[in-house]
Amino acid sequence: MKILSRIYTGIIFLFLYAPIVVLIVFSFNQSKSRSVWKGFSLRWYENLFRDSMILEALRTSLAVAVIAAIASTIIGTAAAVGLKKMNKGLRSVMLTLNNIPMVNPDIVTGISMMLLFVAVFATTGLLHPGFGTLVIAHITFCIPYVVLSVMPKLNQMNPSIYEAAQDLGCPPFKAFMKVVIPEIMPGIITGMMMAFTLSLDDFVISYFTSGSTAQTLPMVIYSMTKRRINPKINALSALMFVIVLTLLVVINLRQINDRKRQKQEKF
Amino acid sequence: MKKDSWIASPFMLWVVIFTVVPLAMVCWYAFTDSTGAFTLSNIEMIGSYWGYLKDSLVMGAVATIFCLLLGYPVAYVMSRANWVEQQTLMMLLMLPQWMNFLLRTYAWMTILENNGLINTLLGKIGIGPFQMINTKGAIVLGMVYNFLPYMILPIYSVMEKIHGSLFEAANDLGANRFETLRRVVLPLSLPGVITGITMVFVPSVSTFVISQMLGGGRNPLIGDVIERLFVGAAPNYNVGAALSLVLMVLILISMAVMKKFDDGEETGGLMM
Repeated sequence: MKILSRIYTGIIFLFLYAPIVVLIVFSFNQSKSRSVWKGFSLRWYENLFRDSMILEALRTSLAVAVIAAIASTIIGTAAAVGLKKMNKGLRSVMLTLNNIPMVNPDIVTGISMMLLFVAVFATTGLLHPGFGTLVIAHITFCIPYVVLSVMPKLNQMNPSIYEAAQDLGCPPFKAFMKVVIPEIMPGIITGMMMAFTLSLDDFVISYFTSGSTAQTLPMVIYSMTKRRINPKINALSALMFVIVLTLLVVINLRQINDRKRQKQEKF
Repeated sequence: MKKDSWIASPFMLWVVIFTVVPLAMVCWYAFTDSTGAFTLSNIEMIGSYWGYLKDSLVMGAVATIFCLLLGYPVAYVMSRANWVEQQTLMMLLMLPQWMNFLLRTYAWMTILENNGLINTLLGKIGIGPFQMINTKGAIVLGMVYNFLPYMILPIYSVMEKIHGSLFEAANDLGANRFETLRRVVLPLSLPGVITGITMVFVPSVSTFVISQMLGGGRNPLIGDVIERLFVGAAPNYNVGAALSLVLMVLILISMAVMKKFDDGEETGGLMM
């Protein structure tokens, strides 16, 4: 039984990884072919770094992700704090609305915002589809994740420490910054990281809300796959895979070490 | 203290302007014609798109069932492993998800192509070539591949919380492995299954990327139709909005049904 379950899990993970391995192997292929090996070469990597469209898109993606992550973290954290103090009825309405972008299919979120941007542009000339609308759209779909990662931390917090700080003469705003914010910091960081990665990864919503003036990296990848053969995509995938792998391994090793240390401290 | 809730006002404003108003606009477009007059013709048009809608629902459902059948045992094995193994498997599961799903889908494009890896390898031993890309099977495969971790993770996180003593208790009361699985693990893991199903079904039904990349536009789904109606050569926002509305309503209904099923099972479990 033990062996069977190991084999089964192995097969599933093989299924998950085989395509990526194939992709990476053929990123080093000399020829354009994606099925016949013609020798080792780094030419697709060179081409990748010379492709100004890809580099420009990478810059756009990073800029959108940084702005969206910061803005959604500020709005979302403030929202979580305010929601806690709101009366029950309004709070549950707001939480339901907050869930909409998470449950709605991306395509519906995308086209609904596109309709708004198009209409506003047609009537006022504001919000020309481009970088600005892209940022707005990304902030919109990131906020719910920030709210939902900060709320539990606020609920865990002991409310008397905030009151205690004020009783000891701390003005409310200072008390909030010095007492509440550090308490909920893990939730804020998680929310911000989620917002950043979600923004970087998004294709569908960007596709409908960016117009033709701004292109994120996923959008360029999409237009490249339309022309089918393009080993630069393989090279790009390989690079992204290595970056993500390194990050995750570092985070995981740290977690495992922390756990070991905690265990040692117990004894 | 109540007055402090003003701090949520930027959020409320943002949600109203960029979530509520856009959805209201979808509804408005769905029920008006190009001049802005009220009409039901967009909704009536949906009948002619029924084939795409049905294809999407069927393929989404098939992909979801595959994900459940393939993913449930993985979640179970993961939840029974020791901590370091759990962390490692979890990382291995998340790693491909951190790559953009366009790249993951592209990987399958290169493998399934007519002169792709599988057909080349098969050709070497004298079989094939087979038409794999641009088929419905390829689209379902793409859905399963992309969304399988979304099925495994919620099931795993629920199973992981099942206390070991429950297994011992079941064992003491004479249940064998299979009975323990059926009467202890299965009912307790149901909330995770429900979450997993929605997390796979919603993006599968509404996709247009997977069907375009692996289906070659030959098997358009409802997502492709909506995409064409909004950014295609002959856009028609009104019909597109009507279709989006229908898609949204269908998904909401299926989620409500799932939720009901979940609640029902829980009370059923208590009565046993």
